[in-house]
Amino acid sequence: MKKLLAGVAMALMALTGGAQAQDYPDRPIMMMVSYGAGGATDFQARIVTMTAGNEDALGMPIAIINKPGAGGRVGWNWFATQAESDGYTLAAYNIPHFIAQSIKGGVEYSADSFEPIANWGADPAVFVVAADSEMNSMEDVLAFAKENPGKLTFSGAGLFVGHHIAALQLEKAAGVKLAYIPTKGGGAAAMKAVIAGEVMAGVNNLSDAFRAQEAGNVKILGVFDLERNEFLPDVPTMKEQGMDIDNASVNFRGIMVPKGTPQEVIDKLAATVPEMFANARVAKKMKAGGSPMHIMTREEVQAMWAARQETLAELLEGL
Amino acid sequence: MEFIYYFGDVFAPISFLLLLVGTIGGLILGATPGLSPTMAVALLIPFTFHLEAVQGLILLGAAYTSTVAGGAVSAILLKIPGAPANIATTLDGHTMAKKGEGARALQLSFLASAVGGIFGVLLLIFLTPLLAKWALAFGPSHLFWLAILGVTIIGSLDSASVVKGLLSGCIGLWLATIGFDDIMGAQRFIFHPSLGGGINIIAALIGLFAIPQVLTMFAKGRRNDNIEVIEVKKHAIGDAVRELFSRKRAMAIGTSVGSIIGLIPGVGGQIAGLVAYDQTKKFSSEREKFGTGHSEGVIAAESANNAMVGPSLVPLLTLSIPGSPTAAVLLGGLLIHGIFPGTDLFDNHPDVAWTFINSMLIGQVLMCLFGLYVAGLAAKVAQVPQCVMAAVVLGLSVFGAYSVQSSMGDVYVMASLGVMMFFLERFGFSAAPLVLGLILGPIAEANFIQGSMIANATDGMGTYFLGGALNLVLIAIVIASIAYSVVMELRQNRAQNAEVTA
Repeated sequence: MKKLLAGVAMALMALTGGAQAQDYPDRPIMMMVSYGAGGATDFQARIVTMTAGNEDALGMPIAIINKPGAGGRVGWNWFATQAESDGYTLAAYNIPHFIAQSIKGGVEYSADSFEPIANWGADPAVFVVAADSEMNSMEDVLAFAKENPGKLTFSGAGLFVGHHIAALQLEKAAGVKLAYIPTKGGGAAAMKAVIAGEVMAGVNNLSDAFRAQEAGNVKILGVFDLERNEFLPDVPTMKEQGMDIDNASVNFRGIMVPKGTPQEVIDKLAATVPEMFANARVAKKMKAGGSPMHIMTREEVQAMWAARQETLAELLEGL
Repeated sequence: MEFIYYFGDVFAPISFLLLLVGTIGGLILGATPGLSPTMAVALLIPFTFHLEAVQGLILLGAAYTSTVAGGAVSAILLKIPGAPANIATTLDGHTMAKKGEGARALQLSFLASAVGGIFGVLLLIFLTPLLAKWALAFGPSHLFWLAILGVTIIGSLDSASVVKGLLSGCIGLWLATIGFDDIMGAQRFIFHPSLGGGINIIAALIGLFAIPQVLTMFAKGRRNDNIEVIEVKKHAIGDAVRELFSRKRAMAIGTSVGSIIGLIPGVGGQIAGLVAYDQTKKFSSEREKFGTGHSEGVIAAESANNAMVGPSLVPLLTLSIPGSPTAAVLLGGLLIHGIFPGTDLFDNHPDVAWTFINSMLIGQVLMCLFGLYVAGLAAKVAQVPQCVMAAVVLGLSVFGAYSVQSSMGDVYVMASLGVMMFFLERFGFSAAPLVLGLILGPIAEANFIQGSMIANATDGMGTYFLGGALNLVLIAIVIASIAYSVVMELRQNRAQNAEVTA
């Protein structure tokens, strides 16, 4: 009896395995987002996957499942240890978050646990001050910080996220001690602290800061990226203002699968997904929501992950 | 008075249909244990992709309004609060239902919700610019004192004794520390992967309230065949309206406390109901009746949690800062349509903004009408045999706990907390103070640490936490609250001693 069962099981596995490679996908696909519904990652993930069911894309819809908690650790832990590697379970990644968390330890994943598929967005961190602040450039900020070491309070969303990385880079490049205040409740709470004057400045997402500047609540003094952003052509990068800061803190968002997913499936996804992101309807919705897009192929993402791993390991050393 | 020009838009056929669907659907979702307003709104977001911005917002606004009120149904009939906002409703509401006054309790709760809710939305319409400044005035030190104010009511809340109430609160505070800490980066009490994200408040709420109920129902069912069926007497709506207006004090305290607390970002409606309940109790002439099925308790709690809906949107609509988890989900819904809340919303899309706000106003009225109809049906729910009811509630509990973050871990947490609470209740502990501890713990802790980090970099702890008018006012209220409890306790003891000697 046992033998028979084992035989049936093997036959089934062979059958499904064969079907997977050729007809993938033949049923709807699930995508895990490790942040809550309504957050920036969730809402962008829903937009970029909305055309998945089209014939020229995957031909099957992608359903979003939220597993929030502990800054994304809960969802990524689940994805690394329990998700099936059959190509029907995808996840959204946030760089530098999950790489920084894995370097810091206490989680069950690292960059080697996942296989990137493609990148859809890049949201750089920016430095903001309240609209009525006396500081008008990074020069003013650094001048204050040098006169009052450790007294410049600035907010950001938690630890080991893009904002924290940007804060560490700023402290290192400027060579002064600053008071980084991590907030609970994400970028929105950090932004509120700046607008309400609880802190003197803050690091925040470019998309959220852009909206806050439009509303006349904050001034944006610098972008933590290699180039100026199309949303803010007048705001200089940190490098232009004399600081050696690269794009290590930029929040890259994209799709990945667990390690062990069949190579044919990865190839199929890597070929289709970037085109799916490039859909005109997707671009229109993303632009309307103030979310900067940045499409990258699997090879480009692999290179980016490797580069991040190196920079972050160096930056977080001794922390 | 700009909003009046856009009233017509609410009654456009599709908009009004969506308003109806949102309200009725919201009531049903709200009455289901485990489906919080945040969840309900998040579930509806994908539907708004295909709608116009205004229509999508009407659907979301109506669902938000009516899920908050709908939570009272399960709170009163089953003693399972649909969301943290409804915890205080269980205290007197369920006792009323047990006495056969379920219909009366439901009618009062929906009427009170509508009055509180309409007041809250009117505040949103007329005082938004003023309120926005007030919402921003609360920094870490003020939120810390506010959380401490919440802690002072733990002891007096629904417990046989103050000591047991405080102990329950402490268990809640401890449970709140589990998980990764966002501010210091520490991992605390994570013995199992399902605790990595901390204890989810909705899963805990279902476990602490629903599971002991289910176990009690099963336990009773085995003991005798003639299981007691809760009787629900018919109650005229007219009487409920008259009663509501004779309880002016409870209405006024509930509505004003709900509006003020709803406005403060980061505290939200979770504690509005409980604080309003406690304040009403303190100012009531029939103080000793609270907890025994007193209608003032239901009125205060429900008017407070719906009054909070309007003001809780002020920081979102004016400054683009979501003040509550539900507001954060609504922000996502707005952004999908390319609408940025803030000045942009009122200047460039006044039709969207005002139609949305108006629909919440009309939604309150519709919610009240359907709610009163539901109250009439309550008799049928209560006639379901207890063993069947227990099975249904258990099923809903598992479903509810799982659906919060699609995680089996939450189901385990729900079940273990529930079994623990079943035994604790045998010893006179109760769930409400425990949940209050669980809610207040993170608020007090995060704001204290954040405040002290800012204080150490600037003027020092003393000035930061004890200086400034708002801090002093809050500290004074905290002291008054403690002093009041002590005085009342002493007076009661003296009265008891006098009785004994006489």
